[in-house]
Amino acid sequence: MLKKENKTEVIVVGAGPSGVACAITLARAGKEVVLIERGLFSGSKNVFGGAIYTAATKEIFPNFEKEAPVERRNIEHNYLILGEQDSTNISYRKEDNASYSVIRGKFDRWAAEEAKKAGVYLVEETVVRDLIKEKNRVVGVRTELEEFYADVVVLADGVNSLLAKQIGLRSDIETKDVALSVKEVLSLDKDIINQRFHLKDDEGSIVEIFGGPMLGMLGLGFMYTNKDSVTIGLGVTLNELAQANYRPFELLEQLKQHPSVAPLIEGGVLKEYSAHLIPEGGYKKIPKLCDNGVLVVGDAAMLVNNLHWEGTNLAMISGKLAAETVIIALETEDFSKKSLSRYEDKLKQSFVLKDMKTYKDLFDVMHARKQAFLSYYLKKVNAFFEMFTSSDGIPKKDNYWKFIKSIFTDRSIIELFKDAFAILKLLWSILL
Amino acid sequence: MNIDIDKKLYTLKYSPDTESHLKPDKEQCRLCKSKTCTYICPAKVYEWNEEKQELIVNYENCLECGACRIACERKSLDWQYPKGTKGVTFKQG
Ligand SMILES: Cc1cc2nc3c(=O)[nH]c(=O)nc-3n(C[C@H](O)[C@H](O)[C@H](O)COP(=O)(O)OP(=O)(O)OC[C@H]3O[C@@H](n4cnc5c(N)ncnc54)[C@H](O)[C@@H]3O)c2cc1C
Ligand code: SF4
Ligand code: SF4
Repeated sequence: MLKKENKTEVIVVGAGPSGVACAITLARAGKEVVLIERGLFSGSKNVFGGAIYTAATKEIFPNFEKEAPVERRNIEHNYLILGEQDSTNISYRKEDNASYSVIRGKFDRWAAEEAKKAGVYLVEETVVRDLIKEKNRVVGVRTELEEFYADVVVLADGVNSLLAKQIGLRSDIETKDVALSVKEVLSLDKDIINQRFHLKDDEGSIVEIFGGPMLGMLGLGFMYTNKDSVTIGLGVTLNELAQANYRPFELLEQLKQHPSVAPLIEGGVLKEYSAHLIPEGGYKKIPKLCDNGVLVVGDAAMLVNNLHWEGTNLAMISGKLAAETVIIALETEDFSKKSLSRYEDKLKQSFVLKDMKTYKDLFDVMHARKQAFLSYYLKKVNAFFEMFTSSDGIPKKDNYWKFIKSIFTDRSIIELFKDAFAILKLLWSILL
Repeated sequence: MNIDIDKKLYTLKYSPDTESHLKPDKEQCRLCKSKTCTYICPAKVYEWNEEKQELIVNYENCLECGACRIACERKSLDWQYPKGTKGVTFKQG
């Protein structure tokens, strides 16, 4: 129980990976934490691909591989480039335990239970509507029913973070800074999954999908294997969906019907359909990370590395670093912006902000040259293999020259230069 | 492409409220050219009624993703999370 009625040391809003990581770190250090979640149970409002990453998860839950409800241990990554009817697949396989597929409805719920065991006071089915401010400092939250006060409030309320916006830590999200994702979980027999994806026992496979119904759009598809189901979904930047007036589930249906995808999910029975936004703003759109009495972590802070489908790990580590900062603030009784800005320093020194910075130009380049990189060259990869695998009586040398010439007739020299320049600039910004 | 979205939504557990958590500004919707919300919503919550010149909001089907709020052409959609005991529950996610 709380020592004082309606006043605690820390309130964390949102029991996703970032909120739970933050709350449990605080509780383990003996701090009094209230974790507020709007869902029926933690995880009940959450959707992802997806895979959790072992290194980050172990920092919060050292024994999760034995204790948590994980689905499969991923040993294979596929990069599938879809043309209209054909495809090219690059596959990398290694006996590994770097990531596990999980079902959020099970994993988040388990993680929140662990937090409870560590002493976190978990309040579910409760929406935080407002932050309470006194003298330019956040001092608590207002739910539908009551007011709760705290020395510090941590916002772990996910991509829409209405609360970070409410107190001016960021402006409203633009349509180009989020992707809308739809996904389906399809029941399939374990043996069938293992056969189709060349797996045994609890081994898992990840498929990242480019092109197909998303050709020319900033969008990616994904497949993950669970114990006895397969997840398939896609995410497309919201401004492109809005411009083209596409219905997201129609794109997903097209993806499911692609001749290279359909055989993998044939016979699968729809278990659940869902949708969620993915932050895509990147480094340049990270909001202010703290203010007097308040910190922002995880998706609410735009901390997602889209190219690598990494989000939960950045969420967990940002939650942990926020907690470490709050522990010092509680000990020194200093909840000012200056004291809490240690969180930002810690993030900068960790892989979280370093990786975000590495890809700071990625989305600008991709938005600017999407017809090139997300349509033309993807098609060209498939065209190359079509040519390379053909045996049509035409001398190979002629075919090669025809292919090379086609690049120069399809695209003007200026466009080719622009493409090359964009790639060089991007590589430069990533590597230096 | 004709997709039965109801069949997909049927896989979900809902606890609908009696009051909508999605409140479009009727005046603005009349002026809105794109009616973007009627396309991008993954649960087909919004339908435009030509006759009544009014946006129909099937809020009970909402997946609470937030896309319509951000994409609303006239930034005139009052969007709140449903009450803590209401709305959609994902078991798989
Ligand atoms: C389709 C898709 C695929 C993805 N794939 C992957 C992947 O494979 N691997 C990976 O690592 N990441 C992936 N991500 C990203 C990852 O899911 C997120 O980065 C991660 O969940 C962020 O964690 P979080 O705790 O910050 O936010 P969330 O997980 O969104 O949690 C926020 C929590 O806050 C609650 N909440 C919100 N507002 C309030 C309020 N006002 N009051 C009370 N509670 C509130 C919500 O109910 C929720 O439980 C994917 C995302 C999507 C959408
Ligand atoms: S996009 Fe906004 S303004 Fe237009 S119809 Fe939808 S809710 Fe109304
Ligand atoms: S929040 Fe998402 S599911 Fe709900 S009405 Fe808006 S777009 Fe549709």
